[in-house]
Amino acid sequence: MAKITAREEMAQGTIILNEIEAPRISRKAKPGQFVILQADEKGERVPLTMADTNPEKGTITIIYMVVGKSTARFRDLNVGDEYFALIGPLGKPTHIEKVGKVVCVGGGTGIAVLHPITRALKDAGNEVTTILGSRTYDLLIMEEKMRAASHTLHICTDDGSHGHHGFVTNVLKDILEKEKIDLVVAIGPIPMMKFCSLITKEKNVPTFVSLNPIMVDGTGMCGCCRVSVGGTTKFACVDGPEFDGHKVDFDELAKRLASYLEDEKKSLEAYKKSNA
Amino acid sequence: MAENKEKVPRVKMPEQDPDVRRRNFEEVPLGLTPEMAIKEASRCLQCKKPACVEGCPVSVDIPGFISKIFSNDFSGAISKLWERNALPAVCGRVCPQEAQCEGRCIVGKKDAPVAIGYLERFAADYERKKGTGEVPAVAAKTGKKVAVIGSGPSGLTVAGDLLLKGHEVTIFEAFHKAGGVLVYGIPEFRLPKEIVASEVAALEKMGAKIETNFVVGASVTIDELFAEGYDAVYIGVGAGLPRFMNLPGENLIGIYSANEYLTRTNLMKGYLFPEYDTPIARGKNVVVLGAGNVAMDSARTAMRLGAESVKVVYRRSREEMPARTEELHHAEEEKIEFVLLTNPTQFFGDANGRLTGMECLKMELGEPDASGRRRPVPVEGSEFRIDCDLVVVSVGSNANPLLTNSTPDIALTRWGNIIGDPVTGKTSKRGVWAGGDIVTGAATVILAMGAGRAAANSMHDYLTLGW
Ligand SMILES: Cc1cc2nc3c(=O)[nH]c(=O)nc-3n(C[C@H](O)[C@H](O)[C@H](O)COP(=O)(O)OP(=O)(O)OC[C@H]3O[C@@H](n4cnc5c(N)ncnc54)[C@H](O)[C@@H]3O)c2cc1C
Ligand SMILES: Cc1cc2nc3c(=O)[nH]c(=O)nc-3n(C[C@H](O)[C@H](O)[C@H](O)COP(=O)(O)OP(=O)(O)OC[C@H]3O[C@@H](n4cnc5c(N)ncnc54)[C@H](O)[C@@H]3O)c2cc1C
Ligand code: SF4
Ligand code: SF4
Ligand code: FES
Repeated sequence: MAKITAREEMAQGTIILNEIEAPRISRKAKPGQFVILQADEKGERVPLTMADTNPEKGTITIIYMVVGKSTARFRDLNVGDEYFALIGPLGKPTHIEKVGKVVCVGGGTGIAVLHPITRALKDAGNEVTTILGSRTYDLLIMEEKMRAASHTLHICTDDGSHGHHGFVTNVLKDILEKEKIDLVVAIGPIPMMKFCSLITKEKNVPTFVSLNPIMVDGTGMCGCCRVSVGGTTKFACVDGPEFDGHKVDFDELAKRLASYLEDEKKSLEAYKKSNA
Repeated sequence: MAENKEKVPRVKMPEQDPDVRRRNFEEVPLGLTPEMAIKEASRCLQCKKPACVEGCPVSVDIPGFISKIFSNDFSGAISKLWERNALPAVCGRVCPQEAQCEGRCIVGKKDAPVAIGYLERFAADYERKKGTGEVPAVAAKTGKKVAVIGSGPSGLTVAGDLLLKGHEVTIFEAFHKAGGVLVYGIPEFRLPKEIVASEVAALEKMGAKIETNFVVGASVTIDELFAEGYDAVYIGVGAGLPRFMNLPGENLIGIYSANEYLTRTNLMKGYLFPEYDTPIARGKNVVVLGAGNVAMDSARTAMRLGAESVKVVYRRSREEMPARTEELHHAEEEKIEFVLLTNPTQFFGDANGRLTGMECLKMELGEPDASGRRRPVPVEGSEFRIDCDLVVVSVGSNANPLLTNSTPDIALTRWGNIIGDPVTGKTSKRGVWAGGDIVTGAATVILAMGAGRAAANSMHDYLTLGW
C-alpha cells in the first residue's frame, strides 16, 4: 500500500512528482481535495493536494515543493518505496459549475493544485483563461498540461525569461478591464492569492483561493488549521481548503505559517547532516 | 482476611519524586509490589452486598478479584477482572475511582477506602509482565463481518467481545496508531503507550484486523462498508471537535486546543523533537484554560516540556474542578499554580502574531445554574493581565461531524451527538450501533467501554438472531 509507482523531478529538482498506489482514494477523490502523508513513523503528517487521480490504475499523483525536512524526506523516496501513511481524500471538493468565463491563476506548486480544478471547470463548459507565474521560466511547472486544460494560457515570469515580464496580477488586471469575468480561481503563494483577491474585489468578481495552513490530523479534531474568513474562525481541513478570497485574512495565515520557523530550520539541518 | 482490617492503613503508591518527574515523561506512580498488593487486599471486608460494585459502571466483581490477590492467585485476579472489564490496566490508572468504586467502598466510611484502582492496575500489570500472554480462545466462526469505526476504549471493547463470539472484526482508525484518546490524548506519564499497544496486539492475536489511516466518512462511507459485505457497524469515534472560547486574539501563534497540544506531544511524540519530526511549542509561561482531566494533562505536559510557570485558569472554585482527585494532587505537587474564579476575556500578541499575554476578569459565585453548581459571575472592573507565551484551551469538546455528515440517515441530537439506545446502543440506522463519547459527549474511559460491551451483546443478537 501507498507504494510509489512513478517519480519525476520538475523545476530543476525543486519540485517532485510522485504517483502513488491508492486504489480507494483514487476512486473517491474529487478536484480540490487533499491527502496527508507520512514518510515513516517518526515523520510529520504532511498535507498535499492531489494533482491528479487515475481510478483505473488505482493511483493518485502529488506534486510538492521541497521546502523543509518532511518534503526533503519525501524527495529521498524512490519508485517502489512506500509511504508509511497515506490518508484521504480530505477536505471539501471544489464546487464545479458552469458559470461562463473563468480565469484561473496559478503560481509555484499552486499550479499542481490548480490543474484538476481547471480541467473540471473546462469540462463543465466554462471558457477558461489561465495565467501561470514563476520567478523564472526554468521553475515553471506543468505548462503543457495547463495549456490542454484551458482555452487560453498566459505565462508570466518575474525576470522576463518567458512570456509577460512581471506578475500574474498585471495580466489578471488587464483581463478584468477588458472582459466581464464570472469567476476567478487563484492558487499559489499567499501574496499572490492576496493581491489577486484585492484586484477582483474591486471589480466584484467572485474569487476562491485554496489555503495551506499548518495541519495535524486533517479531520477537524485539532484546530491547528484555523483561518479567519469573514471574521469567523474556520478549520481549513474540513471547512476548506477553498474559501472566498475576498473574506480571507491572508496576513494572519502568513503569520501562522511561521509558527515553527526555528524548529523547522533545526529539523532540516539535522536531516541534511545525517544524510551527508 | 476479615480480621484486623481497619488496622492496616491504605497502601501508599510509590511515586516518582515530584521535582524529578515534573521534567520527564515517565510514569508517575510506580505500581505496587506483590507484598503491598496482598496487604492492601487484606483491607477488603469481602462484603456480601458490595457497595463498591454498584459504583463501578461495568460492575467488576471487586471483592472477587481482590480475594484472588489476597490469596496470591494473581492470574485468578486478572481472569475475574476480564469477565467485566477488557482494559483493567487502563481503568486502574484512569478511572475516577473516588466518584465510582472507591467512593462507595464501605471501609471508606471511617477510614480511607480500599485502593481498588491500584489493585486492579497491579493485577493487570502483573499479568502483562509475568503472564503467559495467551489470549482467550474465540468461539467458532459465525461467518459474520463487523466494522468497528474508531479504536478508542469503546471500539476496542466491541471488537474484543465480538471476536470472542466468533465474528470477524475490522477496526477502522483515522490515525496511524490504534487506541483513541488513550494514545493521542492521555500522556505517557499517566498511561504508558506500551500498555495500550499490548492491548491492541492482543486483539490482533485474537484475529482483529486493524485498518489505520482510514477515515470513515472520507475514505469510505458506512453504506459502502455494508456494500463491501459488512453485516453490522459500530461507531465509536469519540468527541473529537475542540471547543474554543471565541475571544479576540484566539488565533495568535501559541494558542492551542488541548487536542492539538496533546496530539502533537503524545501521538506525534513532539516531546522527542527533533528525533521525531513534529514540533511542539515549549512555552516559558503557560496558561491552561479549564480544570478537567484534559486541562491537568495539558498543564503537566507543559511543565515537562520545560515551562518556568504553568497556571491553570478556571472560572469556578476549587470544589467544582472536574479532574480526578489524584490528577489535581499530582499537578499541585508538580508546582502547577491554580488561578481560580478567573475568566479570560482577550489575548494579546506582538507584531508577528505571537501570543504575549491575556486579559482576565475575576469572578464570584452567584446562584446555582442548571448543573446545580453556583454560576460564576464577573466582578466589574476586576480586569488584570497575565503574561504568557503559550495557552492551551481545554474547555471541552463536541462531536466531530465528519462521519455523521456522510451518513445523514443516522439521527443526531441538537449538538450533533449520535442518538444511541441507552441500553443497546442501537442507532436509527439499521445495522448500526454507536457508543462512547460520540453518544454521551466527552465522558470517561469506563463508560465508553461499558457502552461498547452493551452494544456488542446487542450486535451479537442481531448477527445471530436478527434485529
Ligand atoms: C491542504 C493543503 C494542501 C497542500 N498542497 C500542497 C501541494 O500540493 N504541493 C506543495 O508543494 N505543498 C502543498 N501544501 C504545503 C505543504 O503541506 C507544506 O509545504 C509542507 O508541509 C512542508 O513541510 P516540510 O517539513 O517540508 O517543511 P517545513 O520546514 O516543516 O515547513 C516549511 C513551511 O511549510 C509550512 N508547513 C509546515 N508544516 C506544515 C504542515 N504540517 N501543514 C501545512 N504546512 C506546513 C510552513 O509554512 C512552513 O514554514 C499544502 C498544504 C495544505 C494545508
Ligand atoms: C486528555 C484526556 C484525558 C482524559 N483523562 C481521562 C481519565 O483520566 N479518566 C477517564 O475515565 N477518562 C478520561 N478522558 C476521557 C476518555 O478518554 C474518553 O471518554 C474516552 O476515550 C472515550 O472513548 P471512545 O472510545 O468513545 O472515543 P476515543 O477514545 O475518542 O476514540 C475515538 C477514535 O476514533 C477515531 N476516529 C474518529 N473519527 C473517525 C472516523 N471518521 N473514522 C475512523 N476513525 C475515527 C479517533 O481517531 C479515535 O482514535 C480523557 C480524555 C482526554 C482527551
Ligand atoms: S473499572 Fe473503574 S470503576 Fe470499575 S472497579 Fe475498576 S477502577 Fe473501579
Ligand atoms: S465495599 Fe470495599 S470492603 Fe466491601 S467488598 Fe467492596 S472494596 Fe471490599
Ligand atoms: S488539521 Fe486539525 S483541525 Fe484541521
